[in-house]
Amino acid sequence: MSAQSEESARTKLKIDQVSKNFGGVKAVTQVSLDVPEGTIFSIIGPNGAGKTTLLNMVSGFYHPDEGSILLDSQDVTRRKPNERARLGIARTFQNIALFQGLSVLENLMLGRHVHMTSGVLASFLYWGPAQREEVVHRRRVEEIIDFLKLADLRQQPAGELAYGLRKRVELGRALAVDPTLLLLDEPMAGMNQEEKEEMVRYVLDVNEEFGTTIVLIEHDMGVVMDISDYVAVLDQGEKIAEGVPDAVRADPTVIEAYLGADHE
Amino acid sequence: MAEPSTIPGYLLRNAADPNFSDQPAMREKSFGIWETYDWQSYVENVRSFSLGLADLGFAADDKLAVIGNNRPRLYWAQLSAMCLGGQSVPVYQDAIASELSYVLAHSEASVIVVEDQEQVDKVLSIRDELPNLKWLIYDYSRGLASYDVDILKSYEEVQTLGRAFAEGNPNYLENEIAKISADSFALIAYTSGTTGQPKGVILSHENLIETARIFIAAEDVRKTDDFLSYLPMAWVGDALYGLCVSIMVGASCNCPEEPETIQRDLRELGPTGIVAAPRVWEGILSSLQVRAEDSTPLKKLAFNYFRGVADAVEQTKLEGKPLPLFLKIKQQIGEFMVYGPVRDQLGLRRARWCYTGGAPLGPDTFRFFRGFGINLKQVYGMTESTGLVSLQTSETANPDTVGEPCQGIDVSIAKERSEVLIRSKGIFKGYYKQDDKTREAIDAEGWFHTGDAGMIDERGHLVIVDRAKDVGKLSDGTVFAPQFIELKLKYSPYINEAVAFGDGQAFVSTMIAIDLEAVGKWAEKGRLPYTNYMDLAQKSEVRALIAEEIRQINLGLPEVQRIKRFLLLTKDLDADDNEVTRTRKLRRAYIMEKYAPVLNAFYGGGTAVELKLDVTFEDGSRSQIDSHLVIEEAA
Repeated sequence: MSAQSEESARTKLKIDQVSKNFGGVKAVTQVSLDVPEGTIFSIIGPNGAGKTTLLNMVSGFYHPDEGSILLDSQDVTRRKPNERARLGIARTFQNIALFQGLSVLENLMLGRHVHMTSGVLASFLYWGPAQREEVVHRRRVEEIIDFLKLADLRQQPAGELAYGLRKRVELGRALAVDPTLLLLDEPMAGMNQEEKEEMVRYVLDVNEEFGTTIVLIEHDMGVVMDISDYVAVLDQGEKIAEGVPDAVRADPTVIEAYLGADHE
Repeated sequence: MAEPSTIPGYLLRNAADPNFSDQPAMREKSFGIWETYDWQSYVENVRSFSLGLADLGFAADDKLAVIGNNRPRLYWAQLSAMCLGGQSVPVYQDAIASELSYVLAHSEASVIVVEDQEQVDKVLSIRDELPNLKWLIYDYSRGLASYDVDILKSYEEVQTLGRAFAEGNPNYLENEIAKISADSFALIAYTSGTTGQPKGVILSHENLIETARIFIAAEDVRKTDDFLSYLPMAWVGDALYGLCVSIMVGASCNCPEEPETIQRDLRELGPTGIVAAPRVWEGILSSLQVRAEDSTPLKKLAFNYFRGVADAVEQTKLEGKPLPLFLKIKQQIGEFMVYGPVRDQLGLRRARWCYTGGAPLGPDTFRFFRGFGINLKQVYGMTESTGLVSLQTSETANPDTVGEPCQGIDVSIAKERSEVLIRSKGIFKGYYKQDDKTREAIDAEGWFHTGDAGMIDERGHLVIVDRAKDVGKLSDGTVFAPQFIELKLKYSPYINEAVAFGDGQAFVSTMIAIDLEAVGKWAEKGRLPYTNYMDLAQKSEVRALIAEEIRQINLGLPEVQRIKRFLLLTKDLDADDNEVTRTRKLRRAYIMEKYAPVLNAFYGGGTAVELKLDVTFEDGSRSQIDSHLVIEEAA
C-alpha cells in the first residue's frame, strides 16, 4: 500500500509474454505482468485459470515454454528454485507443506537453510563458525516467532497444530528466507472469518514492516479488494484485466468471467 | 548503613552494595532466551528513563500510568516516577477504552507508558478525554513505525534523552531521590470495585515498605530467590510481592515471555516463590486434568488413583489425625510415581512457597495442590491494606481460613454484620480525590472497614465468610453464602464460573458458565460437533454433563443448601461486560439486575428463559445476542 503513492516505483518482478502448456492443455498463454516493488499484487480468477501455474513458474517449480521472468531486472527464467530462493523469492503452498514431525522452531530454522554455509561436519560438531552461524540464524527465527506471535507454539510439532496456525507457521517459514518477493498461494483458503482477519493482518504487517513485495493468489474477493494495491485477473490461462482494485471490480470482462455474461 | 526509607533508596543501595550487586535482579524472556539484568543495569535503566522523563517535564507529584503485561521496562517506568517524587498508576492491560478513560482521566496521568501498539491505539482513541496527557511512551515498536503522533515516543528515545540530560545535570537523580520521604506517595492503585467506579487507593513509600517488611518477617524469603511476576501489574500485590519484596531483599523478579507461554516459562524457570491469583491455579488444575484425560490409560489410572490417595492424606491431616501406616506408604509411592513428576512438569519443584490471593480459591482446588506436595497457602489482603492482612504458615495452611493476622497488623471484628476491621502501617493514605469515601472507609480510630464478613476462630485464624453485603438467608432462615457454593462448583473442570442465588428464596439455584477448553475436549471425544461457546452451551448433552457434576457436588452440601435448579449461560462472564471485576470477582448487584429474568424463571417455575444480552467486544464495541436458556432440575 505504501508504495502506491510513490512515483515510478521500481519493477520488482516482470513476467514477460509467458506461456505454459501441459500436453494439449494451455495452462498459461502469453501473460505479462509488472509487479512494482513494495506492493501487494493479487492474481485472481476462476478455478483452473492458471494462477498457481503462473506462481510455480515464478518460484521456479515449472519452466515456461516461452517468455521470460525477470527479478530485479535480472533474467531468472532458467534458474533453479533453490537459486531463486537465494535471490529472495519465497512462497507458501495452497496445501500446507510443513514437516509434520518437526517443531515450529525447527520448521522455521529450515527456512534459513538457504543462508547457511557451514558444511555437514562443522555443523555436526557445532563448533566455531558453525555455532556462531546457528546463533545468528536462531536470532532471526526468533524475531519471526515474535512477529507472528508463535512463542507459545515454539516447541510444538507442526503436525499437531490447528489448520490456521499451520498456515501461519508456513508464512513464518517463508519469511525465514528473508524474501524480497513473497508468493502466497491462497493463504486464507479454508479459514474461518477470525483466522482470515488474523492472516490479513500479518500479510499487511509483513508488507509494511519489511517492505516485502507480495504476490497473492486468493479467492476471497473481499480480502483481495481490501488489501491489494494492484489486481490482475486470469481466465482460461489469459490475462483479461489488470489495474487498481476499483477499476478491476468495475471491468465488464471481469464481471463476465465471474458471473457469466449479462444478457439483456 | 541505615535501612532506606523509600523504594528508590533501596534501589540505590542494591546497586552500591557488593552483597547485592552480583545477584540477578530481573530476568525477561525475549526472543526465546532469558536475559538477565543485575542491579547495576537495573538501576542504570531506571536512571536513564527517569532523567528522560525529567527532561520531558515530569516533576514531583505528577502521575505516570503503565499499561501492559509484566515487562521490565514497565517496572522501571514505575520506579522512575517514584524516583522523581511522582506516583505510578498501574492500569489493567485488558481494560477496554471506556474503563481506561475513567482511570486515566481521574488520575490526571501526564505520562502513559504502554507495552505495544494495541495499547497505543486504545489510548489514542480516548485522547480527547485526557486533557492532562503530555507523553505516550511505548516499549515495543512493532506496527508503530508509520504513526505520526506528536505525543508518541519510544522507550529508547526517552532513555537517550535521559543520558544526554545526565551530562548537563550530574547527581540530578540522587538529589531528587533525597527529596522524597517515607510519607511521600508512591502508588495510586485503582481498585477493581465490585460496585460503582474504581477508586484510586493512594499508597505511600512507608505503606509499601512496612507491609513488605511484615511479609519478609513472616515468610522465608531469601536473596537468592527467583519470583515469577505474573500478577496483573495493576493489582497491588504485584507492586508489593513483585517489586518491593524483590528490591528489599535483593531477590530476582522474572517476567514471562507472553501470557500464553506461562506454563513453559514456569518450567524453564522453576521459581522459588509465586504469588498468583486463584484464576491461575484453577487454570493449572484444569489443564492438568485435561492432560491426564488425554494420556495413556495406564498413566491416567495412576494419576487418578494417586490423586485419591493425596485427597485421603489431606483429609486425614485436616481432621488432625495421624496418618495410618498403609496410607503413608501409598503416599510415598505416589510421591515417586506421580506427585514429584507432576510438580516437575509444572515447574513447581523448587517452589518453597506458593500463595493464592486476591479472591477466594475453592477448597478442593486448594487441597489438590497441597496433596501433590505443593506448598500452596492463602494470603488475605486488599488494595487498601497494601495487599496484606493475614498469611497462612506452611503448617497451618488449610482452605477454610486465611491464616493468622500478621505481626504488626491489628484485626478486629465489628459487631455489626461481623465486618473485618484492620489497623496497620500498611493502611492506605486515602482515596485519590474522594475524601468522603476515605472518611467512610477509615474511622476516627484509624480502623479500616474492609466490607468482608468474617470471624476469628478458636486457633486465632481469620475466617472470611463472604462479602458482608452478599451473605443472605434462605427463606427457612439458614445462612446462605453464595461464594461457598460457587467455589464448590468451580472445582469441576467443566465449570468456569458460577453464580448462586438463594437469598430470601426457598432453595438454591445457579447460573453456570462452562469451561470452553475442558467441555470442548469432552465434546470432541464424544464426537459431538459444535461451532462455538454459545453452541456448545446449548447442547442437551452438555447440560446432562453439568447435571451429573452438580449431582456429585450436591452430595457434599448440606441438604438445604443443595442446588435445585440450574442453567448454562451462552457466554462466559466477562469483565468487559462488567459482570466480573478484572480480578474476576463477581459483581453481584449488577448480575442480579442483568439476569433478573433468569432469577424470576428459577423461582417462578419457568422451564426456559429468553434473554437479550449485551456483549462488549475487546475493542469496546457492543452488540446484543439473543439466547434461549433451558432450565434443568438438579438431582
